[in-house]
Amino acid sequence: MRDVPAAPPVLRMAGVTKSFGATRALDDVGFELGRGEVHALIGENGAGKSTLMKVLSGALAPDAGRMEIDGRPYSPSGPADGLRSGVSMIYQELTLAPHLTVAENIMLGREARAAGWLDRRETARRVREVLALVRHPEISPDVRVGRLSVGAKQVVEIARALLHRSRILVLDEPTSSLGQEDSRRLFEIVRGLKGQGVGVVYISHFLEEVRRVADRYTVLRDGRSVGSGAMEGTGLDDLIQLMVGRKFSRLFPRVGHAVGGPVLAADRLKGARMAAPVSLSLARGEILGVAGLIGSGRTEFLRAVFGLDGIEGGAVVVSGAELSGRRPWARVRRGLGLLSEDRQGEGLALSLSVADNMTLSDLAPYRRRGLLRSARRNKAVGDWIGKLKIKAESPAQPVGGLSGGNQQKVALARLLHQKASVLLLDEPTRGIDVVSKGQIYEWIGGLAREGKAVLFVSSYLPELLGIADRIAVFHRGSLVESRPAAAWDAAGLMAAATTGRASKDAATGQRNGT
Amino acid sequence: MSRRRARLGRALDVFGPFVGLLLVIALFALIPEVRGRFLRAANFKSVATQSVIVALGALGMTLVIISGGIDLSAASNIALASVVTAYAVNAGAGPLLAVLLGVLTGGLVGLVNGGLVTRLRLVPFIVTMGMMGIARGAAKWIAGNQKIDAPMTWVNELMAKSPRPSWLLLAPGIWVVILLAAALAVLLKHTVFGRHVFAVGSNEATARLCGLRTDGIKVLVYAVSGLFCGLSGVMEFSRLTVGDPTVAVGLELDIIAAVVIGGGSLSGGEGGVLGTMVGVLIMSFLRNGCTMMGWPNYIQEIIIGAIIVAAVALDRLRHRKD
Repeated sequence: MRDVPAAPPVLRMAGVTKSFGATRALDDVGFELGRGEVHALIGENGAGKSTLMKVLSGALAPDAGRMEIDGRPYSPSGPADGLRSGVSMIYQELTLAPHLTVAENIMLGREARAAGWLDRRETARRVREVLALVRHPEISPDVRVGRLSVGAKQVVEIARALLHRSRILVLDEPTSSLGQEDSRRLFEIVRGLKGQGVGVVYISHFLEEVRRVADRYTVLRDGRSVGSGAMEGTGLDDLIQLMVGRKFSRLFPRVGHAVGGPVLAADRLKGARMAAPVSLSLARGEILGVAGLIGSGRTEFLRAVFGLDGIEGGAVVVSGAELSGRRPWARVRRGLGLLSEDRQGEGLALSLSVADNMTLSDLAPYRRRGLLRSARRNKAVGDWIGKLKIKAESPAQPVGGLSGGNQQKVALARLLHQKASVLLLDEPTRGIDVVSKGQIYEWIGGLAREGKAVLFVSSYLPELLGIADRIAVFHRGSLVESRPAAAWDAAGLMAAATTGRASKDAATGQRNGT
Repeated sequence: MSRRRARLGRALDVFGPFVGLLLVIALFALIPEVRGRFLRAANFKSVATQSVIVALGALGMTLVIISGGIDLSAASNIALASVVTAYAVNAGAGPLLAVLLGVLTGGLVGLVNGGLVTRLRLVPFIVTMGMMGIARGAAKWIAGNQKIDAPMTWVNELMAKSPRPSWLLLAPGIWVVILLAAALAVLLKHTVFGRHVFAVGSNEATARLCGLRTDGIKVLVYAVSGLFCGLSGVMEFSRLTVGDPTVAVGLELDIIAAVVIGGGSLSGGEGGVLGTMVGVLIMSFLRNGCTMMGWPNYIQEIIIGAIIVAAVALDRLRHRKD
């Protein structure tokens, strides 16, 4: 072991510049990653984080700039070349083959072979070794990846990167689809990687989490690096201020609103994919937060209410009328709207235009004698684009070309456009930047003020506590407790979500959401 | 992607298939042995007439493919409709009634396809592959496993190369295709139903989320496609003057190829009437030119196969950076 005092950093990027047409996505960005360091890359959506990481992985060639890995010049010809040079990317959308086993996925492209045959014993040994390295020896190498939880899938993906002897691991929003417990275990793994001398670039919108896990940070804004330093001694406010470039006044704007009479009631509702019946009601002008870990049954409850899953028992009552079965269109007609947690898979038709996506649920206003009045529709969509500050070239642009935050705004705009009076929002702020989040909180408040009912599912407790009137907690498929938001605190919510028991001292809270 | 490249991409989307068509025509126009015969109005007319049957099938298929489905039973359905039409004429039904029966038979087969796809939640590939055999078998059964001769009526003039009255210039079948193509293009681009079909094909889950009755839309798509096949079958009968249950074997692949060459995506959400029509013409001109060159059938098959792969590869290339 040599211990050269001036060992070069694992990665050094300098003067990296990249333009797309007239937009300068990266402007003279520098970035340094030390050996065994966890380095947070922070910025709003569209600040250039993804572009910078694409340059690093080799998916994009920079217009200018130098990169070095371990002091040697690095200019990858493509992602495969980047991987060979030790750069592994782990994206929000995982890239595992669901039909293959854990072992097959980890070894993919690097199969252990003996005389052309698969060497099962060697495979098993290496897979077990690498799973132990990521501290999840309990994951069976022979189980199909499709059966694993999102958290476990992520672990498998990291294990694969380690097997490739990666020097640099990029984690892009790794916890956005993980529950609290899975996130905690991920942090342990990341800390373990430091011991292996791996440099980790950690991208996340969850700033508290970033502060816990990262040693250093770099903040990007509008394609420029605006700040970099040690995480120790840097406050949350400092980071936010660097990101937004101005004083961030109030994270959770409260819009005054009054709660009215009930509009939606689930009465011992048991959906096909729900573990237990749930009773919960929602009133006009109310923001009902729903907390719980991933897999706690929150999404399944929403899907049963909206008629996306079959109903096995109980009833959904909207404005006094009982709705049955797998008939989402009947819900839409009654003024319900659902924002899916799976934006790309379900929420949006990516190959269709912004206009199509925004108006799909209500084309009636643009129909005359059977024909669609495109000009009128484009004008209406253009108004929404302006009102919601959506960054899109035109209403005709395919929605797949927008950034995540802007896609989410389009999906939300659809509910606003169809004038839904009961909005079921499943993780509306997942994976989007602080400023867009603030806008979404404001809209939700504004909707409540207009007398609309909002059911707001989130894994991010501060936002639930910040904007909801009432919060219901799910645990393992059943409703634990529903109380006014003021009767909850973060610790109490977390305890209810993780243990399924609400603390005693909140006996004043109401049961089962009445 | 820069704005200029985006515009170029869009231009390619619209004109790409046309470029292919012009290339094919130019190719044969440049070969001295066939130029004289190939570049004649009469030849173009006969190519157009020969395209009618595939074109009608391809119009319906465009709808199905945009909705994210596939219809492998199209050719069998065409044969069945032609046999039903001949049977009806032969049995003394008026020509108009016979045509109607032929078209409705096609529609019924499509309706069953759609019903099976949505009720049983089976993949369209399997359902329509089964229907391919069922419709073909039914056609042979009705025809008693032989050709059905039928007396000549006006139905046989639908595909006449020199139409009566002569001011029509083109066979009535060609006018039918042009009118229906225009109607379908308007339906797809400028009606609510059209946008719904695109939405179901692009992402069915999103369509359901938006309150679309996706099952109903799909049933309708297959039924309309069946009606087109039925009409195509009537044209087939008109051309042959008999009802032949063994006609159009394998034609479903030509029909699908025409849609795909014209920019239709087998994963749904993409495709258009104009592209499909150009795709049909590309294949017809190729067949026509190859025949004039005296090239054997297998050469045509190889060329058309290569063109399908090339067209799809070009499409991929175009969409890669989007």
